[in-house]
Amino acid sequence: MTTDLNRRRFLISALAGCSAAASPILTPVTMASAPWDNRVVVIILRGAMDGLDAVRPVGDPDFAGLQDGKLRGGEEEPLMLDNFFALHPALSDLMPLWQAGELSFAHATSTPYRDKRSHFDGQMVLEAGSGNDVDGRPRDGWLNRLMQIAPGVEASTAFAVGRSRMAILDGEGPYSLWEPRTGLNVSPQAERLLELIYHDDPLFRDAATQAFEIVGDIDAEPDPSDEMSADMNMMAEVSGNGSLNAEVAKFVVERLRNETRIATFSINGWDTHVRQGQTLPNRLRGLARTILMLKAGLGPVWSKTSVLVMTEFGRTARINGTGGTDHGTAGAMLMAGGAIRGGRVLGDWPGLRVADLYQGRDLLPTRDIRAYAGWTMRGMFGTSSSDIERVLFPGLELGADPRLLL
Amino acid sequence: MSFDPHIAVTRFGAGLSPHHALPSDVASILAEAAAGDPLAARWPLMKLQDVIKADEDIRVLSGIAHKKRGTEEADAAKTARKAIFDAMRDAETYDIGGLVARMLAQPYGLGERLVQFWSSHFTVRGRGGALQYGVGTLASVAIRPHIMGRFEDMLLATVMHPIMLLYLDQAQSVGDNSRTAKLRPERGLNENYARELLELHTLGVDGPYTQDDVRELAEVLTGLTFQRGEGTIFREIYTEPGAETVLGKRYYGEELAPIKTVVRDLAAHPATGAHIARKLAVHFVSDTPDEALVAHVAARFVETQGDLAAVMAALLEHPAAWKIERDNVKWPLEYIASSLRVLGMTEAQMAAANVRQIDKIVRRPMVGMGHVWQRPNDPSGLEEEDESWITPQAVASRINWAMNMPRRFGIQLPEPAELLLRIAGPSAPPELAFAVNASESAREAVGLLLASPTFQRR
Repeated sequence: MTTDLNRRRFLISALAGCSAAASPILTPVTMASAPWDNRVVVIILRGAMDGLDAVRPVGDPDFAGLQDGKLRGGEEEPLMLDNFFALHPALSDLMPLWQAGELSFAHATSTPYRDKRSHFDGQMVLEAGSGNDVDGRPRDGWLNRLMQIAPGVEASTAFAVGRSRMAILDGEGPYSLWEPRTGLNVSPQAERLLELIYHDDPLFRDAATQAFEIVGDIDAEPDPSDEMSADMNMMAEVSGNGSLNAEVAKFVVERLRNETRIATFSINGWDTHVRQGQTLPNRLRGLARTILMLKAGLGPVWSKTSVLVMTEFGRTARINGTGGTDHGTAGAMLMAGGAIRGGRVLGDWPGLRVADLYQGRDLLPTRDIRAYAGWTMRGMFGTSSSDIERVLFPGLELGADPRLLL
Repeated sequence: MSFDPHIAVTRFGAGLSPHHALPSDVASILAEAAAGDPLAARWPLMKLQDVIKADEDIRVLSGIAHKKRGTEEADAAKTARKAIFDAMRDAETYDIGGLVARMLAQPYGLGERLVQFWSSHFTVRGRGGALQYGVGTLASVAIRPHIMGRFEDMLLATVMHPIMLLYLDQAQSVGDNSRTAKLRPERGLNENYARELLELHTLGVDGPYTQDDVRELAEVLTGLTFQRGEGTIFREIYTEPGAETVLGKRYYGEELAPIKTVVRDLAAHPATGAHIARKLAVHFVSDTPDEALVAHVAARFVETQGDLAAVMAALLEHPAAWKIERDNVKWPLEYIASSLRVLGMTEAQMAAANVRQIDKIVRRPMVGMGHVWQRPNDPSGLEEEDESWITPQAVASRINWAMNMPRRFGIQLPEPAELLLRIAGPSAPPELAFAVNASESAREAVGLLLASPTFQRR
């Protein structure tokens, strides 16, 4: 079994086109091998989360004028984060993390994408990390480019979890993609014959090799320790509707407690054009539950973890005619984890007067969201500034260190 | 590179079949697609008016259940409501059976492939109530009648479809200066549909439009809305007064007139032609299509102002459409239907399947393959890149399906050697021939053939 697994590992890494330096031929493979000890989880909120509603600038005198009272605010007591920003009441479950210094936000941030406000291009720019170049599809995602340059990585170092491909981790570098509710039951003979008929078709070969490898890994793993089971039970308690499926969350934390160092997945449904007061709270509660599930399930590993929650762009500063918001520009991102220096809302505040708004309608971006991601990678994985500015995020100026981590 | 009957039915049709002779030319494939839907009577699809009626019935029953809660009348209303939901869910599943049946029955099957292509182009999701099960009516009402007709007619039919108006929030949008907004200042414009109409349905995201065009188009569209129990209506009090300028042209007039004009103008725009031509070439031929092919199809679109029969003829007459390499991979529904077809399943056998079986063999396996039927996450349509469909877990789902489902469905499996010949012809890849021989059972050999790249590619 071990030999078989190693052979598969070799196959997948070699086929994934990783460099000689990262090849298991030169770097002995063990289950526990990983280039870093820290963990990063990147959650993409698809559909554009309204940053002005999630993290409300209630201290800005112009904020109230943009509201109709029902959308951002309402009757519930605002959860003051500091003397300027208040948290959406639906995120109240995260207040203990804020108080413990395990939760931060960056506001008035965006990718370099501007003006057409297309979800699909916006997500492409966010995941490619390559700036505002959307001519044709980008070759790879920024997390994948990290996998291409980091030494000693293998397919299991970085996991995309879910049924769909994640562009952020897609590319030539090794990585894994799996939906934990998928089984694969074929005889050993059929498995060998499938390898044979897929051998000359890289698309099928790579996908199937990885499928067999992951199924093999899951079967081969020892039962979780008692301590880990206890953490999993806690996780089950915080799971619920609207958040990451408990089985998927369990899979994510199991990976991260083993050899995986980067996990990424997306949560859909943030495109709140209509009745945002009703639709957004469910999403936010689900997001809070997801983060709490990760914290509970990761147990001792949480202290080495940084979770980045990013969305393709913000939404209009004003309420639209249907009780929602339309596609905008700058928004907010969320950072959580035991490794972060929490309890802060980062970013220069651009103001909300009409003249302050981007094109008179959207929150103005004051910092590139890639800078926060870049500083996180630098602190968590020791990626060099030049690699961040040239390889991960070409054209980015990292700028002043926001001191995101402890 | 020229016409090849084997490529014709795999790349442009429903796939190989032991029951249907291969086509002899492009004209016969196009003629079949233009002939409409011969199975319409035997496999009636869900009707839009029934969906609207069910939606209204559910609203009324919910009202009774709420107002008279605790009474027997309320309990009866809840029971009746559940019965409607169950019937709608079954009807939706049965419609998938109807699509598969069509793909089994049609000799070539370009028409069904086009219905799927355009359903993806005009992706919608049913919002709430009974409408969530009525997505298929967009294909029946707006797409099927026009696959070989005029693009502008198809586009306009989607603009008039209630599920589209609800999905992209048009139904609630009112002009900021409309009479409604004057009375109820909290109501106003929603630009969601206008943006997707430009970005996804017509000009394409690289098309020559700006934020102002989005806004002005949203204003042109005001008044177009949905009335429960009725369907799409025009509501004067929602309209933004005055003329609007979209792509430099002014639109004004009574009721639907300016909406129809702007939709027809967008449909005929050269950027729309280029966008549609590329999408067709990508879907049918290759994720990186030959630029001469795209240009040829786009030129025909523009010349004929979107005559889709001429556009399809342009695609199929171009040598680059017949390249030998099979660059694309079948979409999940196409994969399942073409598998059943190549195994020799008939439409009559499909007709014998009950709703549970259709769910088990088609709808649920599609989820693992990455396609949640009629429940898209966003309006951008099914992915075209093969890498999106051949992921580890999707390939595992395809392998599982190929190995297990045909037998569980009770299909008489063909002899592996015969199926090999059917799928790959006399010049089968040697490793495939070897694998079929080396299999431990006939069932496994059939599974390997269906799971092979040779069969999954087109």
